[in-house]
Amino acid sequence: MSAPLKPSSMETLPRPSGLAGLAADWASDQRAFKNVSWGKAMMWIFLLSDTFIFGCFLIAYMSARMSTTVPWPNPSEVFALEIGGVHVPLILIAIMTFVLISSSGTMAMAVNYGYRRDRRKTAALMLITALFGATFVGMQAFEWSKLIAEGVRPWGNPWGAAQFGSTFFMITGFHGTHVTIGVIFLLIIARKVWRGDFDTERRGFFTSRKGHYEIVEITGLYWHFVDLVWVFIFAFFYLW
Amino acid sequence: MAPVEAHAAQQQHHPIKLYLLVWGLLFVLSAFSYMVDYLGLEGYLRWSLILIFMMLKAGLIVAVFMHMAWERLALTYAILLPPLLVLVFVALMVSESSYVLLTRLLFFGAAP
Repeated sequence: MSAPLKPSSMETLPRPSGLAGLAADWASDQRAFKNVSWGKAMMWIFLLSDTFIFGCFLIAYMSARMSTTVPWPNPSEVFALEIGGVHVPLILIAIMTFVLISSSGTMAMAVNYGYRRDRRKTAALMLITALFGATFVGMQAFEWSKLIAEGVRPWGNPWGAAQFGSTFFMITGFHGTHVTIGVIFLLIIARKVWRGDFDTERRGFFTSRKGHYEIVEITGLYWHFVDLVWVFIFAFFYLW
Repeated sequence: MAPVEAHAAQQQHHPIKLYLLVWGLLFVLSAFSYMVDYLGLEGYLRWSLILIFMMLKAGLIVAVFMHMAWERLALTYAILLPPLLVLVFVALMVSESSYVLLTRLLFFGAAP
């Protein structure tokens, strides 16, 4: 009897590039994502499924808005604010957009410092990212309370099509939930980075596995996805 | 765990400058899309500008911040192609919504 074969799929053999490489990676009984760790691949696949969820929400919103005979409320006016006596359209949403983009920027830098094994800068940048995220959720809470006070409900609102409220609360509510989960995720990983878990190879509380700085990038993937979804919500719900 | 370590070490080292550049671009593009609303552009000009700025922002985030530009093609295609099918769903629902609108106008009058 021969000794059990070592799994050779873990090694990245020289393979053709471009489309031939794509076909080679997917053909035959082997690991398709050669140099991508399971953690990263699974996060990507989760994000793909999440894309479909948000895609369905936005399509539902499109169908509601296209098929109603009642005029759709003008988001530019609905989300306007009076600042120092000046009427500024959509200003709160614009600020929220900039806050979320800034958080994506700090997250990208955190990933970069993570791979340089600079744990202080990584943890600090992740905390700043979480702070931006919390700010975003806070502003969303303000936006929700303002609209609810003005009489927007899932079944109606003072300005037009009743579906405005239901799609608004569903889409922004689901996105806000994602941001909140992202903030919690960031805080957990930032704590581990700060404590030096990935330098001392401390085993995880839940999985008993050694962590790696790659988790910072995986957290980053989730966080950038939240920003990405906001880009689409901003375009389709607030600007359209 | 060695392979993971090796991959982490060989992967995704990009200069900070690149991230700052993309960050700046995202700010500028967001400002542009806000200006579309602020200036009150209407019709096809408004919609096409919104879509262009949206796609540019989404592309920058996925390609640079999420490192898709440097991933293996097998992963890139597996993740980026399926969402395109959502466009088929969009097309289906556009035709469905037009039909619903038509029936509402026919049977409930112009303003129910």
